[in-house]
Amino acid sequence: MILLEDVHKSYGRTPVLRGCSTNIDAGEVVVVCGPSGSGKSTLIKCINGLEPFDRGRIFVGGTSVGDRATDLPALRARVGMVFQHFELYPHMTALENVSLAQIHVRRRRRAEADRRSEELLVRVGLADKLRSRPAELSGGQQQRVSIARALAMDPEAMLFDEPTSALDPEMVTEVLEVMQALAQDGMTMMVTHEMGFAQRVADRVLFMDHGEILEDTDKAHFFAAPVTERARQFLSKVLRH
Amino acid sequence: MDPFDWGVIARSMDFLAAGMALSALLVVVATLGGVVGGAGLAALRRSPRRFLSAPAAGYVGVMRSVPLVLVLFWFYFLVPLAIGRPIGALTSALVAFVLFEAAFYCEIIRAGIANVRRGQSQAAAATGLRPWQALRLVILPQALRAMVPVLLNQIIIVFQDTSLVYVVALRDFMTSASVIASRDGRPIEMYTLVAVVYFAICFVGSYALQRRRKLNYR
Repeated sequence: MILLEDVHKSYGRTPVLRGCSTNIDAGEVVVVCGPSGSGKSTLIKCINGLEPFDRGRIFVGGTSVGDRATDLPALRARVGMVFQHFELYPHMTALENVSLAQIHVRRRRRAEADRRSEELLVRVGLADKLRSRPAELSGGQQQRVSIARALAMDPEAMLFDEPTSALDPEMVTEVLEVMQALAQDGMTMMVTHEMGFAQRVADRVLFMDHGEILEDTDKAHFFAAPVTERARQFLSKVLRH
Repeated sequence: MDPFDWGVIARSMDFLAAGMALSALLVVVATLGGVVGGAGLAALRRSPRRFLSAPAAGYVGVMRSVPLVLVLFWFYFLVPLAIGRPIGALTSALVAFVLFEAAFYCEIIRAGIANVRRGQSQAAAATGLRPWQALRLVILPQALRAMVPVLLNQIIIVFQDTSLVYVVALRDFMTSASVIASRDGRPIEMYTLVAVVYFAICFVGSYALQRRRKLNYR
């Protein structure tokens, strides 16, 4: 489903990705963890071409992301993305946020798009917030709208870039529950930075440090017996509380 | 005897109203045309392709460096020479205003766009919207909202600048008032009227916009 081969990227002289390779199967749920600055966000943004990369290859459902001939907007329409800071459109209601790309990218009629948006917003528990603007919603509610916005495109896979980092602790659970339900529905998911989700839901964990994928193993192995010293240190810091 | 004759205002009402109508027409056309043209110029200036961005930047630089009076003047005298027939004072003034204002609105809009969070264009791109769709549907509406005070300022400037159309023998509100002032020898009455009207319109305009902003989101 998603294939990374030896992906390199630098900002000027600073390397941020140094030869990352992995393969994510359809329906698999993978959490990318590692200390801040390890390249997790950059890696996940390379997958839908929001960040260009210098070397290596990335395939999403057979489409080569780095290929100049690839229609990136068309590719991005097939991959949902959820951002740390939600990035809902502040001048639109929740419903309009979810409908926008359906209308302008998928070419659905407004009524049809709105029906689908409503269905998705109900599914993420926001039936009573259809007409609310982002500023009237809590962080957790905004993030659920943004998940619905991504799902509205009927994506083949979903990318979550630190989906709970900007949330107050009591709101983390409501977002994780929505993500967990998605995972149970068989959605292919790649999530950065969410250790709770890694422990409970992930199939596999990637551990990154300094732009390299140091561990790429199933969840049980990663938490029970990390191979590298850096992963052990990271775990002991994160899991202490 | 009362040194002032305020009746002059009532007597010249039709003439003044015609002047005000021209001022209003110029403001509306210059603002709408300027915003549309400015948005287009801003989009070009933001383009990574130099053959698009460089001419737009050059145009904006030139327009912002010459006085409006000259633009009005050139249009009136040079365009008929170029196309071989007269285009009329009103048409040339409207075109000149739009072209001139577009350069200013371009810079205002660029500043507004720069103020919209970077994540917004990423989020729009991530759903598959193309760059121009993201600009039109997501970025510009937010940029325009943030620009309301500056836009208002620019509209007031245009309103005051409409008096410059006297160089092509058009009569806006200000020019009409000064014609009466010298014809009837009543400068104090007429210029007081002008000041009061300008103040009232600009003040009410900015007050109304402030109220609207309060009712808005955020």
